[in-house]
Amino acid sequence: MRICCPLCGARDRREYSYRGAALPLPDLAADVEVWHAHVHLRQNPAGPLEELWQHEMGCGAWLKVTRNTATHEILAVTLAEEACA
Amino acid sequence: MTLREGAPVADAMMELTETSPCAGLLPLRIGGWALEEVPPGALTLIAPYKGQEQALSAALEAVHGMGFPAPNRSHAAREASLIWFGRAQALLIGPPAAEDLAPLAALTDVSDGWAMVRLEGAGAEDVLARLVPLDLRPQVFEIGHSARTELKHMMASITKVEENAFQIMVFRSLARTLVHDLKRAMEAVAARG
Repeated sequence: MRICCPLCGARDRREYSYRGAALPLPDLAADVEVWHAHVHLRQNPAGPLEELWQHEMGCGAWLKVTRNTATHEILAVTLAEEACA
Repeated sequence: MTLREGAPVADAMMELTETSPCAGLLPLRIGGWALEEVPPGALTLIAPYKGQEQALSAALEAVHGMGFPAPNRSHAAREASLIWFGRAQALLIGPPAAEDLAPLAALTDVSDGWAMVRLEGAGAEDVLARLVPLDLRPQVFEIGHSARTELKHMMASITKVEENAFQIMVFRSLARTLVHDLKRAMEAVAARG
């Protein structure tokens, strides 16, 4: 599996570390149930999923990666800073 | 080290001797390749403040003769080089960073923090191919190209500085491992003839 870092180009999977699903952060004042869901509950789809990866052994950038969890096909990659802008 | 009571601190400091990261490990000559330590001079990590990227690049051009490098690229000037060192970071090697840069970027002195070696010889990319998951062949990785990547599980910076010559950097604490791994790779490729 290779992920195309927007800065470095296509790199081997071993250069990246995995954070988990890319989820919108709840409001800080949100109810405890909302935070419980954010921290613990996942859909775990067999198909495209938006995830956060860090190019840890490369440029250090955080990436928002859309990956098909069934095939490992990488469908889209953007810098997390741009995805959140 | 404990100080004798009453002994002037300066006397004790005189006994300390600076050593380079690869002292006692290099140089090595194996097969057709030479592995040597690069005396780095000052190392300064330059991280532009938000919105200051263009102003910083212009200031770098004015004082050090090199603009901020694009991702995966490096610049070399007389007795100084500037290499891209990760997202929104560059490393100035050689002279200390000019104070003019301070309002535009976070400047961090990381001298002594990195081990820096030079691998030179025809087919040096074959040696690195054993350790690095990147295509470093000359038709792909040209002079001036630079990459942050992995070298046998170590975070590394690799720059093609001249024909058949790579500059390789890892954290100073990994200097011995770096030399060991490069030596093993040189021996293995040399043994194939």
